[in-house]
Amino acid sequence: MQGFISLFQAAVFFGTVIMFGCIGEIITEKAGNLNLGVPGIMYLGGISSLAAVFIYEGSTDTPSSAVCVLLALLASFAGASFGGLIYAFLTITLRANQNVTGLALSIFGSGVANFFGGSLNTLAGRFEQISVPVTSAAFRQNIAPLANMGIIGKLFFSYGFMVYLAVILAIVTQLFMQHTMTGLNLRTVGENPQAADAAGINVTAHKYLAICIGAGICGFGGVYYVMDYIKGTWANDGSIEKLGWLSVALVIFATWKAKNAIWGAYLFGVLYWMYLYIPGLTRASQEIFKMLPYVVTIVVLVFTSLTNSREKQPPAALGQSYFREER
Amino acid sequence: MSEAVISLRNVSKSFGSVHANENVSMDIYKGEILSLLGENGSGKTTLMNMLSGIYYPDHGEIKVNGKVVNIRDPKDAFDCGIGMVHQHFKLVDVFSAAENVVIGIKREHGLDLRGVSNDIRKICDKYGFVMDPAKKVYDMSVSEKQTLEIIKVIYRGADILILDEPTAVLTPQETEKLFDVIRNMKKDGKTVIIITHKLHEVLSISDRVAILRKGEYVDSIETRDATEERLTEMMVGEKVELNIERPEIKEKKIRLRVSHLSCYNSDGLKVLEDVSFDAYGGEILGVAGVSGNGQKELLESVAGLQNSMPGASIKYYSPDDDKEYELIGLTPRKIRQLGVHLSFVPEDRLGMGLVGSMGMSDNMMLKDYNEGRSIFTDKKKPRELAEQILNDLNVVTPGLSTPVRRLSGGNVQKVLVGREISASPAVLMTAYAVRGLDINTSYTIYRLLNEQKKAGVAVIYVGEDLDVLMELCDRILVLCSGRVNGILDGRSAKKEEIGRLMTLVSAGKEKR
Repeated sequence: MQGFISLFQAAVFFGTVIMFGCIGEIITEKAGNLNLGVPGIMYLGGISSLAAVFIYEGSTDTPSSAVCVLLALLASFAGASFGGLIYAFLTITLRANQNVTGLALSIFGSGVANFFGGSLNTLAGRFEQISVPVTSAAFRQNIAPLANMGIIGKLFFSYGFMVYLAVILAIVTQLFMQHTMTGLNLRTVGENPQAADAAGINVTAHKYLAICIGAGICGFGGVYYVMDYIKGTWANDGSIEKLGWLSVALVIFATWKAKNAIWGAYLFGVLYWMYLYIPGLTRASQEIFKMLPYVVTIVVLVFTSLTNSREKQPPAALGQSYFREER
Repeated sequence: MSEAVISLRNVSKSFGSVHANENVSMDIYKGEILSLLGENGSGKTTLMNMLSGIYYPDHGEIKVNGKVVNIRDPKDAFDCGIGMVHQHFKLVDVFSAAENVVIGIKREHGLDLRGVSNDIRKICDKYGFVMDPAKKVYDMSVSEKQTLEIIKVIYRGADILILDEPTAVLTPQETEKLFDVIRNMKKDGKTVIIITHKLHEVLSISDRVAILRKGEYVDSIETRDATEERLTEMMVGEKVELNIERPEIKEKKIRLRVSHLSCYNSDGLKVLEDVSFDAYGGEILGVAGVSGNGQKELLESVAGLQNSMPGASIKYYSPDDDKEYELIGLTPRKIRQLGVHLSFVPEDRLGMGLVGSMGMSDNMMLKDYNEGRSIFTDKKKPRELAEQILNDLNVVTPGLSTPVRRLSGGNVQKVLVGREISASPAVLMTAYAVRGLDINTSYTIYRLLNEQKKAGVAVIYVGEDLDVLMELCDRILVLCSGRVNGILDGRSAKKEEIGRLMTLVSAGKEKR
């Protein structure tokens, strides 16, 4: 039982990071842009929030938790959206190849973040390891009375607020896409920009907004990773990157529907951490288990292709740039 | 005459060095049905795209209802009451009809699909459409998609409708229905501009005809004063002989014998049922039928691109060695080498025949990919061939290396047909070779096919226009639901007879 609870909790921590990435990427892809820069954007979101709260916590003797949380979220959203803006400018305005631009952004984001992460560690001084205790504590604050309700409390209420925020965001995104005019227009842009244009929808504006907001949400994944997952410090080990790619895989797994991202993210978490709970694994066989999320994604791809369901396909114009006067 | 709803003054638009429209000045009057006529690449679509906000004129002035307007994007066009149904439908496949209608509109009640569906039903009742608002676009037929596009435009409150080649993909029956709808719109006070190549349609539907030639406005005439010859002359700028030649070839040798051919499509539906026929060198065998009744599968079976049911046989009699070959079981490449050439013109021209982003010369090389001996490509021969086609068929292109997708539909077609003919086949199969082409180009294609026929080639011509089939073909095979309903003599066949066989589904099945 103990093992099950800790696996479940580990899956939720893990799943929350990639759920943010996945929601952001779904919004981006629904606008017809495949942004492979998710890992880089998560890095940018993470480092921006860390730098902002580090400066704030250092500047005052009594940092307020609320300000810390707000500052972290705003900074990460700004930093990550900036990454999205670079991508949007290159792919929409300059019509650069989306795959190449996204990959470049991944490398750029991780480079920038690790450079400043290293610098922050140096600034932090004698321990050579940065820490933002107030912010991290605020992010990890669970729902106190509920969290103590035995097993139920441990399973469902022992997490920081970002875990619930991710689920709410996924539901809101789903409703937005399916039941609002703006959501319908956005999906039109991703499915058939010519049709959108002819219907009087501003394709460029929709794409820019979707990419920047999508990137901002991806950035929350970075915040959650830095503040909660690794408890308010910086690690140059490239693990955000791994999670970023898994978010992209999760988009495919979720068949571009935000509601599926919720359970998909936790399932990926379970699959990823399962190796710790299976006795008798060697280092080599552990690695095979770590591949499971990817294997599952491939299986899902195979099945969605076989069933040939039109509803489960990526947006039809995904990856194509749009220029009205092209003949 | 009533007042002009749209006045164009000196409107010009060029793409790079190509002038699509030059100093076009014309008026469109309220409540009329105007046909816009012109050859391929004469700038009809470009001109209309400037009214609908897809393109922005380089210079010139557009007045709507007497006011100078600046149509920068489709939204501005809707605000002026102008709506366009494009030749390539602008619909989202995975959306329902109602969702497609409502996209891009600012609504008070948000996304209220029930309300939209009711509005769609009202429009349908008013003008005589049939449309289920909940149906997904990917489940729709071509004519349903077109209906949806028209509903979309009316829903946005357009008073001026532009229809770009609306009948190109419709059956004669569907075209009649569309024309009824257009007449209903006229009764309702709407102005309709229709772009089409088909002269008899121009004469039957429109009040007035405006003619463009090489991007310039020529003139307009009242339809009651127009004849096919007069219109063609204005369009081409010179007199064109509107008779299709049908030379009689004495010596006919059998080239192809298809017997008991049956096929299933990917959905498991029977698309060809027990098809048998012969094709002779020195004749054009026409294949008539409502599109989608097995024509595509028939040609593809001969070309080796379809799997057929056991029991079928396709015998090919080679002119080189007088031997007979069984084509079933051979690879498409082997079949091509034997001399059976398929020039297939699907709705998407660039889908199967040419590579859109490559130039003419490179496209010439595609079929001979396995011929070269050296590791480097030999560009000289394909370039010569491309030049020859360019000159023979008057292809309009900025250059041999210009990507073919930038050419207009008619020119793409010429490149494709030119290349297939150049391979000097023994059997030449063409499907919808003149679809969407103007008169002049169509006649060029007919002339080319006749040349092939005279050279002893067995030509199989899948066509839509019954008048052309009856003038061009020696024999006409009528397909319906994948069955051969009859093979008629082209010289004596009656249009009514062919039409009856084309739609004879149940009767044919009962007989057997």
